Amino acid sequence: MSTSRRKFLKWMAAAGAAATVPEKLSAHEHFTGYPDSYGVLHDTTLCIGCRSCEAACNEVNDLPEPDKPFDDLSVLKEKRRTDDKSYTIVNKYDVEEHLRSPVFRKFQCNHCLEPACASACFVGAFTKTPEGAVVYDASVCVGCRYCMIACPFDVPTYEYNKALEPRVMKCTMCHPRLKEGKLPGCVEACPMEALTFGKREDLISIAQERIRKYPDRYVDHIYGIEEMGGTSWIYITGAPYEEIGFRTDLGITPAPEFTSGALAMVPIVVGMWPVLLGGIYAISKRKEQIAKKEKEDEVTRAVNENQAKADENLKNTKEKAQKDQEFAVEKAVKKALEEAEKNKDSGKEES
Amino acid sequence: MSETIHTLQEFMTQTKGVIYLLALGFLVSFTWFWTFLHKKDKD
Amino acid sequence: MAEEEKQVTRHDVEESRSLFTPFNMIAGIFLIVGVILAFKRFTGGLGAVTNLDHNNPWGFWIGFDLLTGVALAAGGYVTAACVEIFGMKKYHAALRPAILTGFLGYSLVVFALLFDVGRPWRLPYPFIVNQGVTSVMFEVGACVALYLTVLFLEFSPAALEWLGMKKVRKLAIRLTMVLTFLGVILSTLHQSSLGAMYLIAPSKLHPLWYSPYLPVFFFVSSIAAGLSMVVFESTLSYKNFRNKMDEEHKKSRNAITIGFGRAASLVLAGYFAIKIFGVALGNHWNLLFTNMGLWFQVEMLGFVLLPCFLYAIGVREKNVKLIRFTAFWTVLGIVLNRFNVSLVAFNWQLPMEARYFPSWMEIGITLFIVTVGLVVFRFIVTRMPIFYEHPEYSTEH
Ligand code: SF4
Ligand code: SF4
Ligand code: SF4
Repeated sequence: MSTSRRKFLKWMAAAGAAATVPEKLSAHEHFTGYPDSYGVLHDTTLCIGCRSCEAACNEVNDLPEPDKPFDDLSVLKEKRRTDDKSYTIVNKYDVEEHLRSPVFRKFQCNHCLEPACASACFVGAFTKTPEGAVVYDASVCVGCRYCMIACPFDVPTYEYNKALEPRVMKCTMCHPRLKEGKLPGCVEACPMEALTFGKREDLISIAQERIRKYPDRYVDHIYGIEEMGGTSWIYITGAPYEEIGFRTDLGITPAPEFTSGALAMVPIVVGMWPVLLGGIYAISKRKEQIAKKEKEDEVTRAVNENQAKADENLKNTKEKAQKDQEFAVEKAVKKALEEAEKNKDSGKEES
Repeated sequence: MSETIHTLQEFMTQTKGVIYLLALGFLVSFTWFWTFLHKKDKD
Repeated sequence: MAEEEKQVTRHDVEESRSLFTPFNMIAGIFLIVGVILAFKRFTGGLGAVTNLDHNNPWGFWIGFDLLTGVALAAGGYVTAACVEIFGMKKYHAALRPAILTGFLGYSLVVFALLFDVGRPWRLPYPFIVNQGVTSVMFEVGACVALYLTVLFLEFSPAALEWLGMKKVRKLAIRLTMVLTFLGVILSTLHQSSLGAMYLIAPSKLHPLWYSPYLPVFFFVSSIAAGLSMVVFESTLSYKNFRNKMDEEHKKSRNAITIGFGRAASLVLAGYFAIKIFGVALGNHWNLLFTNMGLWFQVEMLGFVLLPCFLYAIGVREKNVKLIRFTAFWTVLGIVLNRFNVSLVAFNWQLPMEARYFPSWMEIGITLFIVTVGLVVFRFIVTRMPIFYEHPEYSTEH
């Protein structure tokens, strides 16, 4: 837990002191990894497939007994991979078209310079140490297994059969032993010097030197200098890499770069969505208000219109009534006059 | 914090950490800012 | 579960429901099997129930319970955005069921993760112990945790009305706008980040599915998923809980179906376009007629372009039946897409015998989780004001 505590504090300090961080914090910075960090060179042309490295690894890491003893070389025939009981395995490849003898290739964590596992882990359980080893801290691991998804070399394995405290299992480059000044278990055990431990820079020179000296023996490529941004374990071999279990299609992009673009969008969404959504909200709100206002206006207009109509009606009726009245009066007068006339006439006749 | 950063991984740990904190801060302050901006509408 | 009785009051329904309806029986079986499997999982480890191995660390649970679950629970933020932010008040009746489905959906996702991760009791570690900020999963985790809280608060008024706690409800209602904004922001982030999780593994995901656009693909398809789920869910609810719905809910049903169908059609059209742009971006045309490419075409033509057109026809002809069917079809398409990314196209370069296929027990636990969800859903909608407005608050909004 101590490493994680430290990391967290560093993190908080970074937040407070972002301004004081030196010019190193520039997006265009090219990170070259820890200077003088260690690595291992595996020269498959020297490897005889004795499995001494597997046995030593098992021992120094206190791993459980293997199903078949380490001196049983028949397992070399299968294409094995590491599992939760073994950090390293050696496979045999028959590459008759290129070489008469088979090629043996040791497989373990490559200790990437920019580890995909570390980039992927959401509790930061992996650390690239300045010594070169990529170490795992089981005391924080949640067991999501995203590191296994992320690792391009399919290295991390999981203790699927443990209910209580399952761990991710992978080679540690014997980091504890390095700290004590010792060699990694496998390197110490190798009888053929197929494994060379040293500063990565020096190992690269050694590898280049061997290829230059024996151009017929080696393929002119050092695997691990650039693959996935570079690894602390590097390889030279006599057969094409893709035929002895290496993936040659990984490219040279360091893993964290695959996700950095997407992660960079997070603050943009946080910053711009409120603005965008706020704008849309304001527009819809405004529309709603206008609609409401229009409705109100409509209502008042309708009311007014009705009122006007009603007034007119009233006026009309009134006028009509008056007219009717006038007419009736006129008529009555006329009638009366006529009657009077009649009476006059009839009176004349009577008299 | 004067030590140099050697890996992209380390660089991202620091910058992303700062960004997460800033984003959280922004969300909180934006809520306040929104109410500040719309105060007039209320009365 | 389909009550034939018509015109029954709430209490009658409660009492007339026998314990041994077909739904209860099947649910019961799933629950019992699930509990047994859960016991096996937590005593024997992941290996006791799953087919996961060192090459295939993620299986059915991540593909279905997490990726599909989150996409299908998108109805909550999509509807909330439509109603509260875009001001489409006529879809108001769809809001509460959508929020409820979203809330339950996310709860189930988290519940399912307890089975999948090795040490579930440590799920808060990324936030309280050590922050792995460089991980896309850190972002997913943070957003899902926050969004679950948001959904809980968005859903709370219904529960508070049921409990009759007026004062607290008023407080919750006042938060509506903030919650809606937060919900949309958080959803945008984690829906897209679920896709971004695969960005770190270009060497393992088939190039037709791997693209720098992955986060955008996941986000846009989640909108289509959310819209379709609202329609799909309302179809199922109408069949089963019609007697819980008030007049407003029933009346606006068709308008919601048509409106959401139109929106889904549009979104699918855009989604199809950007998927094609994705192929062009990587210049992967030559892969289209390989085996994986043909499968990619099945997904694109049969489950994106086809529903896009079916929706359009349904909307033009006001054929709600067709729209409802298309909603179901689109939901299937989303399931297919998430399975393709997480299982079919992932590790495609491995030899057949090293590939992963789920064990029946993994599917059993997923069924158990879905059943729990359905039971809780039924419990809530038969009691709380989801499909109807509580009479005391019906004048608001
Ligand atoms: S090989 Fe895999 S496990 Fe080892 S450091 Fe690289 S990414 Fe991590
Ligand atoms: S399994 Fe553990 S180490 Fe691997 S990513 Fe998850 S939390 Fe990190
Ligand atoms: S101990 Fe050396 S020679 Fe033997 S298998 Fe391992 S690397 Fe090869």
